[in-house]
Amino acid sequence: MNRLRLWLLAVGGAGLAALLVAACLDLPGFGGRHHPYGDRAVQASLARHTANTISSVNFDQRAYDTLGEMSILFAAVLGCVVLLRQARDEHRAPPEPAEVARPVRRYALLVLPVALVTGLYVVAHGQLSPGGGFQGGVVAATALHLLYLGADYGALERVRPLGVYETSDAVAVCAYLVLGLASVLAGTAFLANTLLPYGTFNTLSSGGAVPLLNAAVGMEVASAVVVLLAHFLDQAVEIEEEHGS
Amino acid sequence: MSTVMHVLPYLVAAYVFLTGCYGLATSRNLVHAVGCLAVCQCATYVLLLAVGYRDGATAPVFSDIAPGSRPVVDPVVQALTLTDIVVGATVTALLLALVLQIAKRHGTVDPDELRELRG
Repeated sequence: MNRLRLWLLAVGGAGLAALLVAACLDLPGFGGRHHPYGDRAVQASLARHTANTISSVNFDQRAYDTLGEMSILFAAVLGCVVLLRQARDEHRAPPEPAEVARPVRRYALLVLPVALVTGLYVVAHGQLSPGGGFQGGVVAATALHLLYLGADYGALERVRPLGVYETSDAVAVCAYLVLGLASVLAGTAFLANTLLPYGTFNTLSSGGAVPLLNAAVGMEVASAVVVLLAHFLDQAVEIEEEHGS
Repeated sequence: MSTVMHVLPYLVAAYVFLTGCYGLATSRNLVHAVGCLAVCQCATYVLLLAVGYRDGATAPVFSDIAPGSRPVVDPVVQALTLTDIVVGATVTALLLALVLQIAKRHGTVDPDELRELRG
């Protein structure tokens, strides 16, 4: 059975490898000068005063796709919350405060505010410099969890009321939708970035709706990561199976 | 640049993808299998970024370079890579949650043992 499976894998893998190599040889050469879509995306981004072209692609030119991406993230968080809920035959035991080595504690508490501000900075400057809602949201959410490393789970739970983060996750998705609908009400297409003034190039308020959509995504990603990690950590730290069942 | 350099990044992507597939097929542990799926997905990042590269180009961010002064890499595939990473992370989280449930209900995360359990 196992030998058969390995043989099948070898044959299939060799066939796939041959096809992939043939396809690679036929692709336009690496580093070539011909990028028609890239050039047009850069033009469109500059026309709308967005310095970070990738943010312009994500929140202006392909804003509708990003709505889909947000919905995937939202649905995945919902799925994880349902899958990782406390079952009937389990109970919750408050974790014992653990001893933390002093250098670890000092370093974690020192880095926490720096990491949190860095995350918020990356979200706020998404339309100007590399980064944006997705990246900054993850940094900000992870920063909170330094408290778990530096202190203990109880301390993390006190600064992390889950209900608030679950609500802000949903509110952020709604905010994105409402921003899209606002442009419909103003008489243009859904999520078309024509409602707000484009502002001065390379300033915080440039790019029309891009900073707002970016902030909505940042809020959603930060809350989603906090909620996801909270449920996984709950499973690891708090939830225990009933004895004798 | 030689011909090899023109296809090498694509071949790296193909290699990473096949490595992930091998791990997925021979996996004895579902957590390991989820990791292998993430490796497969990493191949698509390499492929997308390789497609968008342009010789001597820099990042498509104009906060510190004047537009038109330097060539920039393709921003469309970079945005696609970002989407790819986000979707990959959510899929990994959801799959790990499923693995956790399987481990609780069946007491094993070996795919072969799970097949035997189901009869």
